[in-house]
Amino acid sequence: MKKLISLVLAALMALTLFAACGKSDNGGTTDNNDNAEVTGTVSTDGSTSMEKVIMSLGEAFQADNKGITVGYNPTGSGSGITAVSEGRCDIGLASRALKDDEKASGLKETVLALDGIAIIVNPENKVSDLSIEQIAKIYTGEITNWKDVGGADAEIVLIGREAGSGTRDGFESITDTKDACKYRQELTSTGDVITTVAGNPNAIGYASLASVKDTVKALSVGGVAPTEATVSDGTYAVQRPFVLVTKDGTELSAAAQKFFEYATGAAAADVISAAGAVPVAK
Amino acid sequence: MKVKTKNLIENIVHGIFLVLGLVTVASVLMITVYLIVSGIPAIKEIGLPNFLLGKKWASTAAEPSYGILPFILTSVYGTAGAIVLGVPVGFMAAVYLAKMANKRVRTVVVEAVSLLAGIPSVVYGLVGMMVLVPGIRKVFNVPDGASLLAAIIVLAIMILPSIIKVSMTSLEAVPREYEDASLALGATPTETYFRVSVPAAKSGIAAAVVLGVGRAIGEAMAVMMVSGNAPNMPELFQSVRFLTTAVASEMSYSSGLQRQALFSIALVLFLFIMLINATLNFLLKRDKSNG
Repeated sequence: MKKLISLVLAALMALTLFAACGKSDNGGTTDNNDNAEVTGTVSTDGSTSMEKVIMSLGEAFQADNKGITVGYNPTGSGSGITAVSEGRCDIGLASRALKDDEKASGLKETVLALDGIAIIVNPENKVSDLSIEQIAKIYTGEITNWKDVGGADAEIVLIGREAGSGTRDGFESITDTKDACKYRQELTSTGDVITTVAGNPNAIGYASLASVKDTVKALSVGGVAPTEATVSDGTYAVQRPFVLVTKDGTELSAAAQKFFEYATGAAAADVISAAGAVPVAK
Repeated sequence: MKVKTKNLIENIVHGIFLVLGLVTVASVLMITVYLIVSGIPAIKEIGLPNFLLGKKWASTAAEPSYGILPFILTSVYGTAGAIVLGVPVGFMAAVYLAKMANKRVRTVVVEAVSLLAGIPSVVYGLVGMMVLVPGIRKVFNVPDGASLLAAIIVLAIMILPSIIKVSMTSLEAVPREYEDASLALGATPTETYFRVSVPAAKSGIAAAVVLGVGRAIGEAMAVMMVSGNAPNMPELFQSVRFLTTAVASEMSYSSGLQRQALFSIALVLFLFIMLINATLNFLLKRDKSNG
């Protein structure tokens, strides 16, 4: 009896091994099935700030194109750009313009939308407007008390994002505070920043305008409140592009091409603004 | 014939188990080799003294500097703090549970300890972030509660289960005769536990502490959520970054030398853990040879 059981077990184990191999083989072949009928998957990879926009676009696109699945891998702008240059995804997502050396390596950027970066404080904070210079001074540690900018007598707690984050890069390059910010906390996601600012009356942080919730107060910058209209006409100063990154000279798969055209087309504009960003397509 | 089939099956089963066993060994080897291979280049480029003793970490600056001394010290201080807070509590709890508690209390508390061990670290982090961090800000009247202290408290609670359970096991393994002899000589039960049982179980308890150190130094998620993550030199109320969180927080967006340096940090962390494991093995072996 024991013998029998062990034999069956051994056979089962061997089978599972083969089954696993078989599966991965199948996975490999379906990818190449991009024939006349447009089916398949579009893999996008990159900026976590673009999650909302890309997910909404993907959903709307899939509703009209049943055979195509749009996948999104939230890894960050840098990783997304690397992924597309190494051919690990169809479209890379970056929440910043490509650097010159990235363009030189054969990558092409297509601006999908604009995103305002909101400067957020706790709702208890009396301050409701700061100039870019004041923001820069606060983040570089020149102004350390809220009373110097019209608030309560309390130390300012600077909340920021981790090195390499697209939002941090965007914020620091717009306010010209690159490498000079004296962060009290460096958090790894937009959600963390919002939660932390909502929990500390003396905190100031920055987050993608699309993600800002009622738990925090978005400041106006130089008298201009962050809204879709002010971002789109350029009067709200703290903004950055959402970019689709593709490889120059390399053709996208039929499915990816279709998604790319849809996302940059006029039809997608409503979806993009519903997701909180400002579309650029005319 | 029958013997032959039996042997064949025996061999096949043996083979399968050997392969499954080797999976672990292969994983360890692969990780070690991978870490060393990907961790060395950045250390070479930055220079070992600059890397280990540099006080400034600015990985994405125009002139980047990659000094990880703040992370090393933070990990050491944080772990030491967690041990200072966690070990007395865990040790006393273990003595109580192993020797003094009545059966019903013991069952309930042991269940609770097991449950504590099973809570995912992200939950510790979340509770720390929502309750502990604002609490520290109010109680100590500091501008921000995300600090080394918050991380130490979270870590101290996280290492309790390992300390309690391992100490309990070794205390329970102390031969009954030792205690009986002590009691027969007129010592009170408390004297017996602390003068006889605890010394007899001391290497097991030491192993428990080392296990706690290992758990604390390797924890990333929970401390990332409560420590603030700014690369400062460690101070109790300052926002700090641990070796683990240094890797975890920058990995997703990193590139080039920055990414390589993160692997180097992982290598340093790996060496720390290896050292702790070696200590643990040494203590456990000594325990075995002693009795």
